Amino acid sequence: MSLIKSSLARKYVMALSGLFLVTFLILHVTINLASVFSPDFFNEASHFMGYNPIVQFLMQPILIAGVIVHFVMGFVLEIQNRKARNVGYVKYNGSANAPWVSRNMIYSGLVILAFLALHFYDFWIHEMAYKYVEANPEDPTRYYHETVEKFAPFWRTILYVVSFVLLSLHLWHGFASSFQSMGANNKYTVGFTKFAKIFAVVVPLAFAFIALYHHLNPITH
Amino acid sequence: MKLYLKIWRQKDASAPGKIVDYTLDGVEGDMSFLEMLDILNEELVSKGEEPVEFDHDCREGICGTCSLQINGEPHGPDRLVTTCQLHMRKFNDGDTIVIEPFRATAFPVIKDLIVDRSAFDRIQQAGGYISVNTSGNTIDANSIPINKHAADEAMDAATCIGCGACVAACKNASAMLFTSAKVSQFALLPQGQVEATERVQNMVRQMDLEGFGNCTNTGACEVECPKGISLTNIARMNREYLSATLKG
Repeated sequence: MSLIKSSLARKYVMALSGLFLVTFLILHVTINLASVFSPDFFNEASHFMGYNPIVQFLMQPILIAGVIVHFVMGFVLEIQNRKARNVGYVKYNGSANAPWVSRNMIYSGLVILAFLALHFYDFWIHEMAYKYVEANPEDPTRYYHETVEKFAPFWRTILYVVSFVLLSLHLWHGFASSFQSMGANNKYTVGFTKFAKIFAVVVPLAFAFIALYHHLNPITH
Repeated sequence: MKLYLKIWRQKDASAPGKIVDYTLDGVEGDMSFLEMLDILNEELVSKGEEPVEFDHDCREGICGTCSLQINGEPHGPDRLVTTCQLHMRKFNDGDTIVIEPFRATAFPVIKDLIVDRSAFDRIQQAGGYISVNTSGNTIDANSIPINKHAADEAMDAATCIGCGACVAACKNASAMLFTSAKVSQFALLPQGQVEATERVQNMVRQMDLEGFGNCTNTGACEVECPKGISLTNIARMNREYLSATLKG
């Protein structure tokens, strides 16, 4: 019980849910990159993810739960942390001792949360309606052109790219920080931290590239 | 040099406080920050005004009594020094200096720049001790072989003077650097193993009860700590706590 209530337990929950979401990002960016290099493979992989019962009814709910746990715990921590300083400083020189990204995780997180709402509206709700409301037949060839068409509007492409920049900032602090939260800080974690920083740049960059590529290369009928 | 001081004045714990402006001339670069405040207080007393209350004791950076948030940083802009070791040569003629108490809900203001840091004492009392037989059969600590690296790390953790700069610097007013240093100084040594499980659990529980915030790994505490206590201590405490809780 003490593990659930303690401040350290909240750190473990943030770190573990964050690490879980990082593993999901690896899968997501890999399949999305296929939409640039191999539309056929992208269609095949998307169809598998969309109709495999283990993915749909086990992995998808776990993923959604992971997202909810991460942002709800983030809000809980933010509220508690604000309470821990009931009178603020007249002058607080935060940039003197900590990077901007680490001090503003709540704001980068909020942008990502808003992006997730748009992203769910764009793809997940559309997918649920297609399969379960409209009860359309399976079509393993539809995913590529549906995705490319989504990025036709300039406003959506820009919103996605801006969100990926914020995702990069969030990962820059969050991914490396999760090792520290789980108690790992030694000569081996130096390498992990470097990997986390590279990941924080490369993965959002890949997502941004995919969005821009499809915006600039529309399907011509 | 001539300085423009903006100092938090608060009559007592329940009174509302405010920033009061003072102009102080004749400050020398060789003075410490506290000596500068002494001169201000002499001027105030000579004018029949209430002096500015602030904490101080050894004035050589070892007791952890002095505090002050100076221009938005605990112990001022210099690194690895306490306020009593901060020289006025770090400032320039005509500078405006904002001086506030350390801010945390767990560190309530007593008067002016003095805050109640007894929350740290209670965290220490919750587990920051070891069982030593003092009945006349005390074993010489040096008779127990200790790995040099562990001894050095324990000593580094033990240099924490409990000033509270970590809490003051942290955007979340978290006390994890202090608590982890006090956990580490025992966790690394054989003498600390007897109470290892209860120690970390009890100290973390007390830290939470006092109302300190949660650590979000910004690292501000490590930068501002006058004794250079490392974030590795927080990671060690996280490990100790996880293993202690899983053991039950």
